[in-house]
Amino acid sequence: MTKNIMIVGVGGQGSLLASRIIGNAALSAGYDVKVSEVHGMAQRGGSVVTYVRYGEKVESPVICEGEADVILSFEIMEAARWLSYLKIGGRMITSTQKINPMPVITGSCDYPEALTEKMAEKGVDLTAVDAVALAEEAGSSKAANVVLIGAMAKSCDFSKDELYEAMKACVPQKLLAINEKAFELGYNS
Amino acid sequence: MKKRQLMLGNEAIARGLFEAGCRLVSSYPGTPSTEISEYAAKYDEIYAEWAPNEKVAFETALGAAIAGGRSFCAMKHVGLNVAADPLFITAYTGINAGMVITVADDPGMHSSQNEQDSRHYAIAAKLPMLEPCDSSECLNFTKLAYDLSEEYDVPFIIRTTTRIAHSQSLVELSDRVEKEVKEYVKSAPKYVMMPGYARPKHPNAEARLEKLRKIANDETFGLNKIIEGSNEIGIIASGVAFDYAKEAFGDKASYLKLGMVNPMPDELIKRFAASVKKLIVIEELDNILESHVKAIGIECEGKNKLPIIGEFSHELIKKALLDEENDKIALEEKMPNRPPVLCPGCPHRGLFYTLKKLGLTVLGDIGCYTLGAVAPLEAMDTTLCMGASVSSIHGFTKIRPADAKKTVAVIGDSTFMHSGITGLVNITYNKGISTVMILDNSITGMTGHQHNPCTGFTLKGEPVRGLLPEKICEAAGIAPEHIRIADPGDPASLEKILKEELETEAPSVIIARRPCMLLKSVVKDSFCIIDSDKCKKCRACMKIGCPCISMDKDTGKPVIDTSLCTGCGLCEKMCRFDAIKTLKR
Repeated sequence: MTKNIMIVGVGGQGSLLASRIIGNAALSAGYDVKVSEVHGMAQRGGSVVTYVRYGEKVESPVICEGEADVILSFEIMEAARWLSYLKIGGRMITSTQKINPMPVITGSCDYPEALTEKMAEKGVDLTAVDAVALAEEAGSSKAANVVLIGAMAKSCDFSKDELYEAMKACVPQKLLAINEKAFELGYNS
Repeated sequence: MKKRQLMLGNEAIARGLFEAGCRLVSSYPGTPSTEISEYAAKYDEIYAEWAPNEKVAFETALGAAIAGGRSFCAMKHVGLNVAADPLFITAYTGINAGMVITVADDPGMHSSQNEQDSRHYAIAAKLPMLEPCDSSECLNFTKLAYDLSEEYDVPFIIRTTTRIAHSQSLVELSDRVEKEVKEYVKSAPKYVMMPGYARPKHPNAEARLEKLRKIANDETFGLNKIIEGSNEIGIIASGVAFDYAKEAFGDKASYLKLGMVNPMPDELIKRFAASVKKLIVIEELDNILESHVKAIGIECEGKNKLPIIGEFSHELIKKALLDEENDKIALEEKMPNRPPVLCPGCPHRGLFYTLKKLGLTVLGDIGCYTLGAVAPLEAMDTTLCMGASVSSIHGFTKIRPADAKKTVAVIGDSTFMHSGITGLVNITYNKGISTVMILDNSITGMTGHQHNPCTGFTLKGEPVRGLLPEKICEAAGIAPEHIRIADPGDPASLEKILKEELETEAPSVIIARRPCMLLKSVVKDSFCIIDSDKCKKCRACMKIGCPCISMDKDTGKPVIDTSLCTGCGLCEKMCRFDAIKTLKR
């Protein structure tokens, strides 16, 4: 059975690194893996989505509506936007960070209110983490992606060690100390 | 045991180049093809370069192949339009050492201006084309393409799409097999394509395709193969469409998986069709395979059920062909769109603010600055293709001379080097009076920071003497007094220079020079804040469309997200009440 993890957020938030960490953890665990990324124009502050799929044999590189076992979201409105991709009974792990999109900035619409509550009302298994605050505590707001990986490590197909080792292999050596701390803070959140 | 690792399709093609003994790579960046050349450049054994455009890149690679070294060239789908001229001639001349071209299509237009289907080029140019379905095939097809390229004396095209180029999957690595430079033998009948020598080359190209069709029909080559499942349904597919089909149908169907999409395996198709009860062709974009299957007299389904537009997924195939749909949860309310925007601190922001303020007609080009078209800047009238701003403004002002003083062309430094120069020559040669702005941000931005002839570095990172656009403009015939340098970070001075040059009856170029804020060399040690007491709610700072500035609903006054702000100070220049300050971090 193929497992599906989606990473959603805003261009520039570090979702590529997160997808590579999960992909490498799945590879180490002996699975077939596909990771589908978005590069180019969409990265310029737009809504971005990355797919990680693993299992005995993975065919399609993308995840479709109602299929994600886990959605890892870097921004609360993006969590709500991609909610329909979550499998019934799947798990949503989201940062509570809000980033205003241009239509909100220009005043043509409002940023939606109370999104965590609305998602919880739908019966979504939701974990909301203040990933930016924890990343700052670890030493850099940019480590919010690793905080979320840590939060996911609490209950997923991979052991904490597997994800931790994959993280170590993917981040630059000079940022390892910050990311180690970010991982632990996410895990204990 | 061979080392297994995850690799992007693009990285896997680069690995294939390395293992196949490729010696030269010449490309122009273009999403989703860019990373192939970047990864290839990491191998010391491969000489790799960014060429100014795809035609130059292609011809450089062709020259290398004729000289006897295995060569490569990558481009996005629209880049092949630029390189089409040399592409077509190679089926006639052939090569010497192996040559492979990768063209990356972008169904769904993730990062492109159209979604043309490059398979048409292979058919039109009489060239063989392979289409891998994952990173492993990207690597292995690249190596196989070199061997076949030399055996059949013809370049091979490898077609990818975004989901193959930018997906990681498992590959097994091998060592590089070094290939000596082959002997170069002078032969005018082979390489000089004047009519007398070219005529015998056409039947040669046709005959070669028929020979290649034998490979296509032979499953032992590993390119085209039948995968047996239920014989109720037979599916013909290639590339990522095969992956989607396999995910949707599993073993409820049998498959004819095509790794070679030109020439097509007529005998294999007939044999496969005879073995199944119902035949469906599943292909993204145009109905090329389906038309061929029908042309050889076989009934099939395809575009009667599946779209010709946009990207596929296994969900789309399940809905269209199996009438299956997943249960899902969704909120009732619709989330606001989050379109891509110019980055915080982007030098293009001050420029488009000024163009909008002056109410100009702006003929645009391809790059990050295309985002100048969206709200609230909304200062772009056209975006067509690489270089079209400079060429089209000439025609525009010839027809509407009265509007010449209200019309500018905008083009980036890399795009100017790609195909803006010839347009400028046309303006000066043919007594044009257009005003062209070169947005020189010292890098090729949109595709992720590649060097170009103006930046002072090569793809391998070696320092070179960077070309100055102003010197090129002067050589192209623009009078030195009408070549102006302006700072887009200082809209007031930019506006003054712009007005002066729009007024002149001579062609002019304004170089708006300020480096991309994402460059590591740009110091980002400050940020801006708004003094709420001094703010008069005039909203002038909101007009620049900076993603850091938003309205505080409680106070009705703007606030700056200091975590995103790079301290470019453009908003400070907008404020007439001295309410915005730039502070050091």
